[in-house]
Amino acid sequence: MTPIAVATRVETLSELLHTQSQITPDTTAAEDNYGNTLTYRELDELSGRIAALLHAHGVQRGDRVGICMPKCVNSVACIHAALKVGAAYVPVDYASPPERNRYIFTNCQAKVICTDEPRAKTLEENGKPIAHRLTFPGEAPSGIGSPELSSITSFPSHPITSSPSDLAYILYTSGSTGVPKGVMHTHASAMSFVNWAADTLRPVASDRFSSHAPFHFDLSVLDLYVPLTAGAAVVVIGEHLGKQPHELAEFIAAKSITMWYSVPSILTLLMQFGKLEDKDFARLRTVCFAGEVFPIQHLKQLLSIWPDKDYYNLYGPTETNVCTYHKVQADDHHRSTPLPIGKVCENCSAMIVDVASMTGGAGFQPVKPGEEGLLYIHCSGPTMHGYWNDAERTNASTFTDSAGERWYCTGDVVVQSKEHLTTTPGSISGREVEITTVRRRMQTRTVPHDAVLTFIGRRDRMVKRHGYRIELGEIEAGLHKLLGVDEAAAVASETPKGVVITAFFSMKPNEKAPGMIALKQFCAQNLPSYMSPDRFTMLERLPRTSTDKINYPELSRIAKEALT
Amino acid sequence: MSVNIQQVKDQLREFIVNSFLPGEDPANLLDDMPLRSSGILDSLSTLKLVTFVEETYKIEVSPHAASTQFDRIQDIADLVAHESGSR
Repeated sequence: MTPIAVATRVETLSELLHTQSQITPDTTAAEDNYGNTLTYRELDELSGRIAALLHAHGVQRGDRVGICMPKCVNSVACIHAALKVGAAYVPVDYASPPERNRYIFTNCQAKVICTDEPRAKTLEENGKPIAHRLTFPGEAPSGIGSPELSSITSFPSHPITSSPSDLAYILYTSGSTGVPKGVMHTHASAMSFVNWAADTLRPVASDRFSSHAPFHFDLSVLDLYVPLTAGAAVVVIGEHLGKQPHELAEFIAAKSITMWYSVPSILTLLMQFGKLEDKDFARLRTVCFAGEVFPIQHLKQLLSIWPDKDYYNLYGPTETNVCTYHKVQADDHHRSTPLPIGKVCENCSAMIVDVASMTGGAGFQPVKPGEEGLLYIHCSGPTMHGYWNDAERTNASTFTDSAGERWYCTGDVVVQSKEHLTTTPGSISGREVEITTVRRRMQTRTVPHDAVLTFIGRRDRMVKRHGYRIELGEIEAGLHKLLGVDEAAAVASETPKGVVITAFFSMKPNEKAPGMIALKQFCAQNLPSYMSPDRFTMLERLPRTSTDKINYPELSRIAKEALT
Repeated sequence: MSVNIQQVKDQLREFIVNSFLPGEDPANLLDDMPLRSSGILDSLSTLKLVTFVEETYKIEVSPHAASTQFDRIQDIADLVAHESGSR
């Protein structure tokens, strides 16, 4: 029996760590840029002790555990601890305005929140904590564990058995009404993705995965769990280091990272400010990127600096995780248009729906290859697509077909190329049987797995910038809180360098307009930093349509004109 | 070589306003106003500011200095004066 075979057969995220820690107890499981390292045995033990503490504070199978901590080995252990007690973990942006994080933890009814001293104080309302808080060492974590943990001498030797249909985590993303929404994932949906990624990237025990994305961002699911399928290590990159391209480039080289995964904008920053030519990246073998379109001239520049790596463009909303992928080919080096989002992942099915048919009453009609349509995704396994405590929104974004399968509407308009790839698909594991069944049932309507998809644009007002999903409505709701603002509207413009967000606003009569400094400071206090607009334009009145709605096409035109 | 600190501050102010705060009155950008930590500059703007300082004053800004001594115009001008003086 080989180690990989055992680890990949498990059905839940919690079993993944426990199983692997028995196969490779003494190899490195996780390390961070504060000098902390944990072997598989140590990570399993530490998370077991934290799990015992969570249990002592009343956390039961089916509960939620909040995570508001800097990225380090301690926060990784807390995540595994939550899974070990059978709870779902809910990670938030450590640097987000406290009000937003309080909303999320209250909304998901977190039983316990793992945090640090500086943040613990912000998780109170009217002087009372919003949930029990477990505090760990603060901003520059040095040392492993926490004082409270030293009282825990025993810990469960085996995790509480979660069922594959139990919730594993909830990731909150931007919501159009101004409040974040919680995307739920079960162990089954997470494992479906983890197994697909392991089959595709084929990690080995000597691999060292980067963990650049914050834990509330779905890229982290690959970083945290795919290494566990092979006894590989995850190298956790703290928030501060992650934004310093020169130090980050040195860190990637010095730590011999072999698998990199981030949003394209970080790779662009590394190229522009990281002095990559001076450093040795021989160990790096695979570069994955996702979360936004990689501007083609930046990608080509990267391909010329690192010509010998495997590159994957991964695509998928938080609701499905990765659902299509494109491995960069030799002829991509000469492209002038963005990469395709590629082939449908082997664990998913895709359907491209004619937008016009959606309101016609005759049922959803798939488009023909070469025609644009709305992308729907179904993933194999008992997935539980949906939003926490929001059945209405869940129903609005999914539909159940006649075979009882649930499909998620990505909101992305895509086109299937007319020609199929001629390459032979790699062999996939024993799950093929199950996948084939799903595929056969759907055959008449679904996109063939060797077809190549290209992203065209969004159908609604959601944009992606630096890999983050941003509902323009949430920016507008934030700007309305600024004193004296009468109307606010945000638009996104595509430029060769990426997406630029312009905020338009008008002031109430006799109100003094805020300057750029005041606007930036206001946004920093009221919106997550990734949502802050790039540009602000004050107008006497916002343009209106004949039906008195804000005239967004006109605002887009003004924004575009200002950018050229 | 010694530098005129006031001149450096004014050059920094002009660069920051022109590049990142179009339309703002430079007089509103005070010497002791936090830039990065208050949200006036994001991480990309800070990197561009570091590049501007390195190219304009022909000094090298260490990653440590870029993350600890770059939050106020005052601090950056002191850094420029110190680095230029020590050559």
